[in-house]
Amino acid sequence: MTNEATKTGERPETIRTEGGIKGFLAATEIDTRLLGMLGALALIWIGFHLYGVIVYDFGAFLTPRNLWNLSVQTSSIGIMACGMVLVIITRHIDLSVGSILGFTAIIMGVVQVDILPHWLGLGHPLIWIIAVLCGIALGALIGGFQGALIAYGQIPAFIVTLGGLLVWRGAAFLVARGETISPVDATFTLLGGGPYGSVGALGSWIVAGLACAGVVGLLLRGRSQRKKFHTPLRPAWAELFLGALGCGAVIGATLLVNAYPWPRGILRRYAEAEGITLPEGGLFISHGYAIPVLILLAVALVMTVVMTRTRFGRYVYAIGGNPEAAALAGINNRLMTVKIFAIMGGLAGLSAVVASARLNSATNSLGTLDELYVIAAAVIGGTSLAGGVGTIYGAILGALVMQSLQTGMVLIGFDAAVQQLVVGSVLVLAVYLDILYRGRAK
Amino acid sequence: MMDRTGQTPLVEMRDICISFGGIHAVDHVSVDLYPGEVVGLLGHNGAGKSTLIKILSGAYKMDSGEIYIRGERAHIGSPRDARKHNIETIYQTLALADNLDAAGNLFLGREIVNKLGFVDDAKMEAETRKIMHRLNPNFKKLKDPVSALSGGQRQSVAIARAVYFDAKILIMDEPTAALGPQETAMVAELIDELKRQGLGIFLIDHDVHQVKALCDRASVMKNGKLVGTVDVDDVTTDDILAMIIAGKQPHKESA
Repeated sequence: MTNEATKTGERPETIRTEGGIKGFLAATEIDTRLLGMLGALALIWIGFHLYGVIVYDFGAFLTPRNLWNLSVQTSSIGIMACGMVLVIITRHIDLSVGSILGFTAIIMGVVQVDILPHWLGLGHPLIWIIAVLCGIALGALIGGFQGALIAYGQIPAFIVTLGGLLVWRGAAFLVARGETISPVDATFTLLGGGPYGSVGALGSWIVAGLACAGVVGLLLRGRSQRKKFHTPLRPAWAELFLGALGCGAVIGATLLVNAYPWPRGILRRYAEAEGITLPEGGLFISHGYAIPVLILLAVALVMTVVMTRTRFGRYVYAIGGNPEAAALAGINNRLMTVKIFAIMGGLAGLSAVVASARLNSATNSLGTLDELYVIAAAVIGGTSLAGGVGTIYGAILGALVMQSLQTGMVLIGFDAAVQQLVVGSVLVLAVYLDILYRGRAK
Repeated sequence: MMDRTGQTPLVEMRDICISFGGIHAVDHVSVDLYPGEVVGLLGHNGAGKSTLIKILSGAYKMDSGEIYIRGERAHIGSPRDARKHNIETIYQTLALADNLDAAGNLFLGREIVNKLGFVDDAKMEAETRKIMHRLNPNFKKLKDPVSALSGGQRQSVAIARAVYFDAKILIMDEPTAALGPQETAMVAELIDELKRQGLGIFLIDHDVHQVKALCDRASVMKNGKLVGTVDVDDVTTDDILAMIIAGKQPHKESA
């Protein structure tokens, strides 16, 4: 056996590996689930692209423009999916997130269109900040309130949030009297993406640099921690491979978003506004990463740290695995439930920022049916409805799979009815595959 | 029999009552426990032994009664309170979160955190490896969720959790119910060792022979009431069985 305890001072051993794919996976410690999901995603992307190539002589899917749009469209659902993972891990469900999104969007619209300009003046730089904080705080408050009903009122989450689904949608209509509130604050709009709401080529490379530094830093730290506590190390080649893979993915994504230039119409308006003449061959200004995508990445990063590195995250998993054991270990399950639903609500509020900024308006129908896509994203991403199992990155990949399917079907001209058929079937199939996978893993 | 004159009991539960929906699950029961002593709690299913013990471990709140720890009145309202008094419990169900690994369960609710407040998984894993090596040298599956472990391995995780945190008072609810003979012998050995270290142990068990072998005293309960507490060396197994089944006090030879 390789696992005999090593004595202090001895050189820590490396994970012993066999040859072939199995040995490779063991050495790199790559999750096979993750590989499966990436494979499915690649299949969907290539499939839609080839379909376009064969039928229309033009593959529209694997283009910088489409993939950039896909990233923006995934943000709103992805942000909420990060919260839904916690809710589902603890054996609850939240059906109200779409309605909370609609309601907080309307309130933020009212705050920045009807209220703040009177006090601060139109276009005041604080307006968007206050609006965003209002939205997140309100979402968290609503979520926390629903969580309290579930935890202390002992009402099933399904019922509380089903009620919330109706209540907050109705409240959104009442507040806005059914009207659309627009235009929202100019700076606020940037949070929804678009050419101006992106960080450009240089900004994207800065983000990429930070991300690569993060990848390398994590690998180095992991290695030193393992040495310190004599846990078997990955072989050096596996560490190098993981580093190259991580940095390669970051650089590839950055090249991609930088390859998508501003459209001509925007360029012309931009040139007019700035008083510059466009050169003969046009100007190539890169979009770079869209701000909502960066928001999603930040949320994913923070939530991953919370789930894997904090006591709070540990307790979320423990409650999901065995609520009684968690309680006997001194964990306050009820307070945890309130906090989890408050986080979910806060993320729905943040998602409302992205969604309403993208539309440059707030309507009371914003986020309709989002709850189903969010739950589907979490579940496709491997979150188990039986509780105790789920990851943030999985949920985001799940959201990307859902959004890829929808975008792809729009591109190849499937109508809405067919889209629903496909998305519904994929959800059921994904969960079935997951059950098979888990059955085999045991 | 050991001499307890002048010694303060480690735990004294006085006149404990708790009822659920009008049923007196524990009805004016008093038990005590001295350092370095093992007290067996016996009785049929539903006699109230597990309920009594869950009051001490903070899982239930008693309706009336008093608990003294080392002679001082203690208020135990939650599992956290019990842990503060160095009371550790090994539940019959083991109370493990199946989706977490051994270290996650061992430190559940008491995670080691670094200066920034983040959980220190590497350190917890190393500590877990140390204690598991002591308790069960064959234990290797440190990274797997405990659902992947055998009954005996799961039991050793639950025991490790109780022992690691410097327990002074240990409650074991049928610790050998799910174990084979070899593992049962290991638990018996462990109980002896902990006893020598001066811990007090409440042991709930069905097996009268085992109680005779492992315990110093036995308290027998029936229908929520205490039948009596005896020194196991003064009575026969038949006497204990009579207490459990008929609720009959053994006639004292000395009387």
